[in-house]
Amino acid sequence: MNYLRTVWLHLEKELRLEFRSRDALMGMLFFTLLVVVVFSLAFDPTSQPTLARQIAGGLLWVGLLFASTTALNQSWSREMRNGVLDAQRMSPSPPSALFLGKALANFLFVTIVEVVLAPIFFIFFNLHILGQASMLLALLPLGTWAIVVNGTFFAALGLRARSRELLLPLILFPIALPALLAMISAATGILTGETEPQSGLRILGIYDTVYTTVSLLLFETILSAE
Amino acid sequence: MQGLKKALVFAFFVATLVVLVIGFQKAMVAPVDAQQGEIYRAIYYHVPNAIWALCFGYVNLIGALGVLYFRSRDPLKAAAWDALAIAGAEVTVVYCTVCLVTGSLWGRVAWGIWWTWDERLTTTLLLWLLYVSYLLLRRFSPPGQTSTLASVLSVFAAVDIPIVYFSIRWFRTQHPAPVFGGGDGSGMDKSMYPAFLWNLTAWFLWGCFVMGLRYISARRERQAELEVVL
Repeated sequence: MNYLRTVWLHLEKELRLEFRSRDALMGMLFFTLLVVVVFSLAFDPTSQPTLARQIAGGLLWVGLLFASTTALNQSWSREMRNGVLDAQRMSPSPPSALFLGKALANFLFVTIVEVVLAPIFFIFFNLHILGQASMLLALLPLGTWAIVVNGTFFAALGLRARSRELLLPLILFPIALPALLAMISAATGILTGETEPQSGLRILGIYDTVYTTVSLLLFETILSAE
Repeated sequence: MQGLKKALVFAFFVATLVVLVIGFQKAMVAPVDAQQGEIYRAIYYHVPNAIWALCFGYVNLIGALGVLYFRSRDPLKAAAWDALAIAGAEVTVVYCTVCLVTGSLWGRVAWGIWWTWDERLTTTLLLWLLYVSYLLLRRFSPPGQTSTLASVLSVFAAVDIPIVYFSIRWFRTQHPAPVFGGGDGSGMDKSMYPAFLWNLTAWFLWGCFVMGLRYISARRERQAELEVVL
C-alpha cells in the first residue's frame, strides 16, 4: 500500500511538472506530426490506398519510437538539476517506485500524443480499417508500454554518460526490435484485415511482462551505480 | 610458475592450430553434397560459428551476473568478472560477424539472394546488434559506472535473444515463407559428421583461446584502474 502511494506521489509530481511546462508533450506531438508529414510526402499514400494500409502501421510506430526517445532523455535530465537524483538515492522510498512513477507518466504522455495524432494520421494516409478496429484498443497501450518501459529505463542508464542523446537510441532500438516487429505486424493485421493480430498482441504481452519485471528488479542497481 | 603458464598457453595454442588444420583438411575432403555441390562446405565454418556465437553470448551474461553479485562485496572480483564479460561480448561479435558473412555468401550461391528475413538470420543479426550496442555503451558510459551499467544491459540482451527467436518463429508460422534447406545439421549425411565435429571443436578451442587472452588483458586493465582508485 505504501509502495503504491510512493508511485502515485512520483506520478503526480511528474504530471504536475509536465503540465506546467508542456515541453515534452509539445515536442513529441510536433515531432511525430513532422514524421507523418515527411512520410506522406515521400510515398503519396492517397493515390495508393493498398500500399498505404500495408506500410502505415510501421510508419506510425517508428515515428512514435523516434519521438519518445527525444522526450525520454528530458524526463531524466530534469532530475539532474540541483542534485535531485542524489536526494532520491538517499531517500528511504523504494527506487523502483520512482522508476514506475516516471514510466507511467511517460506512458500517459505518449498515449496523449497517439490520441491527438491518430485522426490526423488516418486522414493523411487515407486509411480505412479493414480488420477488427477494436483490437487497436489493446494494441496501442501494449505497444506504448513496450516502448516507454525500456525507454525510461535506458534513459536512466545513460543519464551520466557522454553524448547521452546518441546513446539512448543506440541501446533502445536493438532491445525494442522484437516489440517493434510485433507492433507492426499486429497494426498491419488490423489495417489490412488479411492476418490475425492476436499473435502479435500475445508477443507484446509477454515482452511487456518480462521487461517490466527486469526493469523493476534492476533499477536500484543503475540508480546507485558508482 | 610464470614460465609454466606461458608454456601451457603456447601448448593450447598449438593444439588449437592442429585441430583447425585437421578440421580444414576434413572439410575439404568430405564428400560433395548431392544437391548443393561444393558450396555446401561453407557449413563447416558457418554453423560452428553460429553455435559458438550464441554460447559465448552467455559467457558474457555469466560475467555480467558475476559483476552484479560482487559489485558491492568485492571490487577486485567484480573487475575480474567484468573482464570475462568484455571478452565474451567481443568474441560474440566476431563470431557473429563470421557467421553473417559466410551465411550471406552461401545464401547468394544456394538461394540466389544475399539475405532473407528468416527467423535464424534475423535472430543472428539482432544478436550482433545487441552486442555491438553493449560495446558502444562501454565506450560511452562514465568511467566509474561502466561495468555496472554494461552488466545491466547484458542481462537485457540475454533476455532479448529467446524472445526474438520465438517471436519471429511465430510470425513465420502465420505467414508461411519458403523454408530453405541447410543450416542446423539435422539432415546431415553420416559421412559428413567427422568433418563437422572436428570444425565444431576447432572453433570452440579457437574462441576459448582468444577469449582467454582477452580476459587476461582486460583483467589487468581493470585491476590497474582499480589500483589507481584505491
